[in-house]
Amino acid sequence: MAQASTSTEPRVVLTARGLGKDFFGFTAVNNVNLDVHHARIHALIGPNGAGKTTVFNLLTKFLQPTRGQITLLGTDITGTRPDAVARMGLVRSFQISAVFPDLTVLENVRVALQRPAGLHVQFWRGMGALDRLNARADELIDNLGLAPWRDTRAADLSYGRKRVLEIATTLALDPEVLLLDEPMAGMGHEDVHMVADIIRGVAQSRAVLMVEHNLSVVADICHHVTVLQRGEILAEGDYATVSADPRVRTAYMGSEA
Amino acid sequence: MANHTQAAGKAGAANVARPRGAGWVLVLIALAALIIAPFVSYPVFVMKLLCFGLFAAAFNLLLGFTGLLSFGHAAFFGGAAYFTAHAAKVWGWQPEWAILIGVAGAALLGLVMGAIAIRRQGIYFAMITLALSQMFFFACLQMPFTHGEDGIQSVPKGSLFGVIELNQGLNMYWFVAVVFALALWAIWLIVHSPYGMILKAIRENEQRAISLGYSVARYKLGAFVMSAAFAGLAGGMKALVMEFATLTDVAWQMSGEVILMTLLGGIGTMAGPIVGAGVIIALQNRLATSDVPVTVVTGIVFMICVLLFRRGIVGELADTRLGRMLGLR
Repeated sequence: MAQASTSTEPRVVLTARGLGKDFFGFTAVNNVNLDVHHARIHALIGPNGAGKTTVFNLLTKFLQPTRGQITLLGTDITGTRPDAVARMGLVRSFQISAVFPDLTVLENVRVALQRPAGLHVQFWRGMGALDRLNARADELIDNLGLAPWRDTRAADLSYGRKRVLEIATTLALDPEVLLLDEPMAGMGHEDVHMVADIIRGVAQSRAVLMVEHNLSVVADICHHVTVLQRGEILAEGDYATVSADPRVRTAYMGSEA
Repeated sequence: MANHTQAAGKAGAANVARPRGAGWVLVLIALAALIIAPFVSYPVFVMKLLCFGLFAAAFNLLLGFTGLLSFGHAAFFGGAAYFTAHAAKVWGWQPEWAILIGVAGAALLGLVMGAIAIRRQGIYFAMITLALSQMFFFACLQMPFTHGEDGIQSVPKGSLFGVIELNQGLNMYWFVAVVFALALWAIWLIVHSPYGMILKAIRENEQRAISLGYSVARYKLGAFVMSAAFAGLAGGMKALVMEFATLTDVAWQMSGEVILMTLLGGIGTMAGPIVGAGVIIALQNRLATSDVPVTVVTGIVFMICVLLFRRGIVGELADTRLGRMLGLR
């Protein structure tokens, strides 16, 4: 937890106040307050069905909140469409690996680069126009150790590499805030370490909010932890504080723990 | 619908590559066939085939390369046929302008229908396009300029650019062949453009495309309008080739037929829709003079296609060693 003890608190880039979501009368998320800081890794943990992914969908506007307010970099985004939120610098990954299966690794990363480069509406130009994005794409691919699979279809990658590719694609947008939904789920031991290092690296210059079940990873790289249970915040603080909280232990291990 | 999109995804696999080596040989063979065809077959039959081939290719731009299943493409094909026929016959416009107004009309119709339909996905999208095209069908039935059940008959072919008499010799054929080749080339360019890449990304994973900041609705609408415009080009040409425009071309059966052609030939392949259109048109031609009911036969063909070779004729061929060597996709 050494990295958490910085004297000056970094600026807040994403906040949620009183966030809530009802599905046909069922309250999935209620009164969630979050402050995500620049250059910090913030973990969102909790038992299955606690509403972690719903919170992600609300923050990225894939779902419209029933209650509450969301602010990104000082702008109220409560009523903004998801693609516009992404263009403002809040980019998410998905729980189920979200790649473009029939595109190659290079093309996957390039699709993310096309929009910022203004190469996304030209229906009259050839694919050669995209070659100038290759240098940046290759850099990302190299950094994440995907170089040997550069021209492989994403569908043919192993599960772990698909997740890595998804992170590479997300990073291509150079987002201010990165939301990662279980980035290590289903990964082998080696990959977990590699991805943890990558996340630590990217968080030096941007905010990361991640849902993660692997608590040793959370303990290792996260500065701040928010525990959700039944759609509400159960506990908050650094990992040591949260893991010592008896309510959290009960939520995770059952009543007698 | 889910199946269609999946099949579309599969078939579209390697189409990101440019045709190389052997691929160009295929293009040359196709061009040679286009030149020889009127001498070995009936020109009118070949022209009809080219019109439907282009119609199916336009439809495939939407289904195969964007992942949207429209059940209302007859509106664009038949609508353009009416517009072109009316402009050529009543207003006495030259054929190139008559066809252009057909294309413009179809594109405008596509813009309106698309803007409404793209708000929904999958089967709902298909149903909305069907409903809208049925509304257009009834409009065509009622409006005086379409002449209801009679349609617009004896449409003059006119003279191209005011100099080439299209009803003489093979002039009409060469005109149709050139437009067909150019239109297919244009579709190929769109599919293999930066924009086409985004369309493919949307087809592959719409949620992910949104999360990368793409307003998918706009790209879908763009593809819808382009597809409608090419379908209109096919419909307008057909009106001049056959010299009539009738309700058959705007009826929902026509929307079904183009789906069948595309599916049979191979979703998401360049050549598939043309091959599919060829098979269906040839079947209809053959069976028209016999006692066998055409709809039953095409129905059986459709079932065989869905059950045994879902990727279609070209799609299956592309997966063989020969197909890969030729770079069929």
